Formats: sequence, structure tokens, C-alpha cells
Amino acid sequence: MKGYQKYFLNKLSWFLITFVFAFLLNFILPRLMPGDPVAAIVSRVAQGMSNTSGVQAIYEQYARLFGTNRPIHEQFFIYIGNVARGDFGFSISQYPRTVFDVIRSSIMWTIALQFPAIIVGWLIGNTLGALAAYLKGGFDKILMPVSIFVSNFPAFGMAVILMVIFGVALEWFPTSGGYGFDLIPEFSWKFIRSVISHYQLPFWSIVLIAIGGQAIGMRSMAIYELNADYVKYARFMGIKDRKIIGYVFRNAMLPQITGLALSIGTMVGGALVAEIVFSYPGLGYTILNGVMGQDYPLISATTLIITIMVLSANFLIEILYGIIDPRIKAAQAD
Amino acid sequence: MKHTFRQVFRSGKFVVGFSIFVAILLIVFIYPLIVPDPPLAIIAQGTFFEPGIYVNAYDSIGASKYTLNLEGAAAKRIASKLKAEDRLAMKDWLVAYGIAEADIDIENTEQLLDLWAKNYDSKAKVAGMTNAKRNYYVRLNTSLQGLLATEAAVIAAKNVETGALEEKGKIAQSEYVNVGQVANVRFLPLGTDNFGRDVLTELVAAARVSLQIGFVAGIIATLIGLTLGLLAGYIGGRVDDIIMFFTNLFTVIPSFVMLILISFSIGQEHRGAFTVAMVIGFTSWVWTTRAVRAQVISLRNRDHVNLSKLSGHSIVYIILNDILPYIASYVVMALILQISSGILAEAGLSILGLGPRTTDVPTLGLMMNWAMIYQAHILGKWWAYFPVLITIALITFSMNLMNTGLDQVFNPALRD
Repeated sequence: MKGYQKYFLNKLSWFLITFVFAFLLNFILPRLMPGDPVAAIVSRVAQGMSNTSGVQAIYEQYARLFGTNRPIHEQFFIYIGNVARGDFGFSISQYPRTVFDVIRSSIMWTIALQFPAIIVGWLIGNTLGALAAYLKGGFDKILMPVSIFVSNFPAFGMAVILMVIFGVALEWFPTSGGYGFDLIPEFSWKFIRSVISHYQLPFWSIVLIAIGGQAIGMRSMAIYELNADYVKYARFMGIKDRKIIGYVFRNAMLPQITGLALSIGTMVGGALVAEIVFSYPGLGYTILNGVMGQDYPLISATTLIITIMVLSANFLIEILYGIIDPRIKAAQAD
Repeated sequence: MKHTFRQVFRSGKFVVGFSIFVAILLIVFIYPLIVPDPPLAIIAQGTFFEPGIYVNAYDSIGASKYTLNLEGAAAKRIASKLKAEDRLAMKDWLVAYGIAEADIDIENTEQLLDLWAKNYDSKAKVAGMTNAKRNYYVRLNTSLQGLLATEAAVIAAKNVETGALEEKGKIAQSEYVNVGQVANVRFLPLGTDNFGRDVLTELVAAARVSLQIGFVAGIIATLIGLTLGLLAGYIGGRVDDIIMFFTNLFTVIPSFVMLILISFSIGQEHRGAFTVAMVIGFTSWVWTTRAVRAQVISLRNRDHVNLSKLSGHSIVYIILNDILPYIASYVVMALILQISSGILAEAGLSILGLGPRTTDVPTLGLMMNWAMIYQAHILGKWWAYFPVLITIALITFSMNLMNTGLDQVFNPALRD
């Protein structure tokens, strides 16, 4: 267990370092860019105003409100303090709601949509990829090009096509929103049914994309393992095929878990876009609203939250990986 | 070198991908030579015109007439005005009015129209009919008038002085014009978009810009990734630690989030296509760095590299002559993937409304964004978004096929 503790601490310190850097980037990047975000906001607010001193007063008020009139290091510590208290300021486009409030109402939708979708897509994709490697022949010949095509299909394209087929043409599922627009979120059968039927299209559009990429990866890993020496040796020993396959896929699976950890960031990006297409009330849709409304605090907070979510997911996967893969324990024990 | 090329072109997957890609490139370069219209010119007044051949109605009046006696022309003319649901609606009205249902045969146009003409009365009160429905019947009745008429239509023009209508000519029902002889005919194979632009012309221009964005982003990402990977892998030690620190950082910080943050910070006015490409390139070098580093580490202690070191060659010389040739195939594959993911990244950004400035050039992502904003997918205007999706999918699919093909050539374990 000693070795695993070391591994855990190592991963934990990495998680913290990345977190600090992500936080720093989230703070610095917007401030490095040409153009003054406050000036942009003021120019929008003061549209059509010809009174220069009036515009100046508005600018100063906003600068005070956003704290941009203070030196940068002071701003940074204020920012840390505020974020720690969950205070991201006011949303500009949805004033007088606070950014915290906007994000709180959307984050659960995103987690409930993306987490299961990515896991299900990963599981199905790996199973299909392993089957393709094992069965070869016709199954492989069909599955591979289809997977390549599907995994290269843009995420929003898949969403749009599913929507047009099942939402607009067949009218099986609703085309937008997280629940019926005539309902109020509450704990009732009607509401839950509505949520489930709204859930289907975004969910499957994310799953389908994930399946393609994972199937390709798993197939090549499994082919590589199937040709390994230990497989041949086991065959000579007369071990049953079924048992060998169990070993092969356990070994082929390990890199796929790392793959999941590495690609979770990309997947979340695609899933955010799927949310936008279906107007699903999650973080992706919030970002879109932020972009449309030039809502600086909202965008910055949303990207920070997504980064933290991805980092945490990565951390969890790596912790699990350490438990699953015996080699890691062995390496740390040396 | 020659041998490698021959081997590469023997791979079926690569050849298929390569052919699709070259075909797209050819279309992108040749189409503008044939149709030199500016891609963003607004030609249509109105949104989402259906694909088809648009013949100028005014010019076709003046074009020379040919009489063709074609069977079924009258039936087609009626069918285009009297649809199946109209027939059913007519029957409903007649039944409600008190005609026996058995007497009405909705397939028999002549009889149906006859019954209708005899019985229909716009003022008649039919029980339980809404006002909207009543108005629908009035409209239907107007459009039916003269449906079975066989007289020629008269063309009249206003006399400039008296303002009275004067007969200029007649068009019989059996007269045709030759499309080739009408002065103004516009072929819109993919109709027009929400702004009234020719979708095909726009799409070709957009594909070109998107490919350029992909290339710029891919080359930037590959150059950064290659340089960092070579340095980290070959020099090792402290340099490796620092580079890998940043690489690991940016692997877990989602690049899509970075893209959103940077693109939003740059602001709409400063976001040209080139800027977007640069931003994409600067946020996607991580994978290449990791891959190149891994390859270089496996090469670093090979005999020929050690020999080169002993001969006193400089680091630059060794990297260029003893390392690069061995990873060249890998770098090309990475570049191909970077280009295709760059095109996808641009499209994703544009969907969010963070794409290039909209006024000067179309990109595939922007076209998609416009179609979505104007709800082309809900309205069933497939020509505004489906060709765009297919184009994106074909470009990325062809590049990934090439990549898989190359992978199989250079990585024997994957061969079938």
C-alpha cells in the first residue's frame, strides 16, 4: 500500500499544481488581450451617448465595480478571495442574477448529461473495438470505416442530424430545452418524463461521437495485444481461448483508461457544443448566452468551472488507474 | 524515398482518403474560375430559396414560343395547384354542406370541381367551422377559379399615356420556351441561405477558408510540437522537465476552454480568419510534443546517433540528419491530424459565435452558425446546413483515412 500512497500523493500534487496554473491562466489571459473588457462593456452601455464626461463617469463606475482600477496583484488576491467564497460577481447579460446563481442552475444539467454519456460511449466503443479486433472479417470491415467517419463527424453535426431525424421528421423527441417549456422544475412524474424525453437526443449525440473514437483506439490496442508473445505462448500451452481473451482485453483496456483521462477535455468541448444545438440548459448553453451577451464575468467563471470539472475527472480516473494497474504499484515500490 | 511513396500509395485507405481530399482541393480551386461571383454577394430577396433552376419570368414571356402537345400537361398543371389535402378539404366542406359522401369522388378532378362550383358559397354557414377554416376555403376557391380553363393567358401592358391596359400577346397552354434561349437563367444547385446568398458559391469559398485555417493552425501546432518534442526528447534533463511540465499542464486543461477564453478576449473586431487559425494552432501543440518526444527518446541512444555524436557533429546537425528523417513519417501524420482537428475547432468556435469576423469571409463553421441561428434545421431547409456538414465530414474523414493508411504502412503491427 506504501507504493500506492506515493502514487496518490504524486497525482494529488499534480492536480493542485495544474489547478493553480489553470486558475492563473483564467485570471491572466483575459487581461493580456488587446482591448479593455471594461471599455467594451461601457461602449455597449453608453451606446448613443454623446456626453463625454458622462461616458467617463460610467467607465469609472464600471472600473470600480470590476476592480480594474487597482494594481494587478491586488486584483488577483481579491479575485481569489471572491472565488473562494463562490462570488463571481454579477452577470452582465442576466443582471441582476449573480454569476454564481446562473452557474448553479446549469451545472447539474451538464454533469447529468455529459458524465453518463461519456462513460456509456466509452464502454460501448471499447466493446465494439475489441470485438472488431477479435472477430476481424466483415464486422471489422464495416465497423472501422464507420467509426472513422463517425468520430470525425463534427459534434454539432451529429447533434443536428439526430435532431432533424428524430426531433423534426419523426417527432419522437423534443428538439430543444431540458424539459417542457410549460413545466416548472419540480419533483413530479410529468416533469421527470419530460426531462427524460428531452435527455435522449443530446445524450445519444454525445455517445455516438465517443463510440467512434474509442472503438478505433481499442481496436488497434487489442490487435497489438493479440499478436503479443504471451498470447502465442498461452495458445501453445493449450489455455482456452476465452481465458486468453480475458487477459488480452484487460491489458488492452489499461491504455484506454489513460486515453479516457486524456481525451475527457476534448469530449467535454464537443459535448458543450451538443448542448448548444439542443438549447440544453447546461454550461455550454450558458457559454453561448455569455458570448451573445458579451458577458465577461459569466464566460470567465464558466470556463473556470469546466476546467475544474475536467481536472477533477482526470484526477479520479488516474486514482482509479493506479488501483487497476499493478505495474504502477510495482513501479512506485522500487 | 521513392520506395516509401510507392508503398504509401499501395495502401487502399490512403488512396481513398487522398483521392477525396484532392477532389475537394480541385473543386475549391477550379469552381471560382468557372463561377467568379463574390461568395458573399446577396442575390436573393428573401430567405432560403429552394435549390433549382431559376428562370426569369419576364424574359420567358418575350422568348420565342414552341408548341408542344404533351400528354398529361393539363393534369400536371391541376395537380400542382390542387393537392391531395385540398381535395380532402373540399370533400369535407361538401359533406358538411349536405352532399352525400357517396357522390363525391376526390380522384375525379372534373366532377369534383363541378360539384364545388355548383355548391360552394362563401357565405354559407357551416356548423362548427372556425373562421380560419372559412378563410382557407375562400382562398382555395379563388385559386381554383379557371383551373380547368383552356383559353390562353393574355399578356397586357400599361399604356404610358392613357394608363389603360393594352393586349401585347397571348400564351396558350401548350406553348413552351427553351430555357437556353431565355436571357436570364440562374442555376442555384443548393438554393440560397438565410441572407439570400448562393449556397454553393459560398460553400466553396468557405471550404477554402476553412482549409486555410486548418493548414495554418496545423502547421503552427506541428512546428511548436516538433521543436519542443525534439528539445525535450534529445536534450533531456532540465529542459525535458520544464517542457514536460507545461505539456502535462496543457494536456489536462481542456484546449477548447482555452480557445473560448482567448477568442472571447480578442473580441469580435480583431478576430480575422488568420487570428483564429493562430489561436487554434497555439492551443493544440500538446499532442504532437508528447508523441515526438516519445519517438526521439527511443532514437536517442541508437548507434548511428552515438556515432554522429562521437564524430563531433553539432546538436542541430544530429537532430536534422540523424533524428528528423526517422520521425518524418510520424510528423506528417501528426500534421494531417492537426489540420483536420483545426478545421473542427474553427467550426466549434463559430457555432459558439466566437468564429472569425463575419463580414469578410465565410467559413464552414460560420455557415453552420448562420443556418442554426436562422433555424434552417427546424424549418427543413436542408440545403443551408446539410452540404456544410457533409463538406466538413468529408474533409476530416479523408484526412483521417490518409492518416490511418500511413499508420498501417509505417506501423507493421497494425497491418491486416
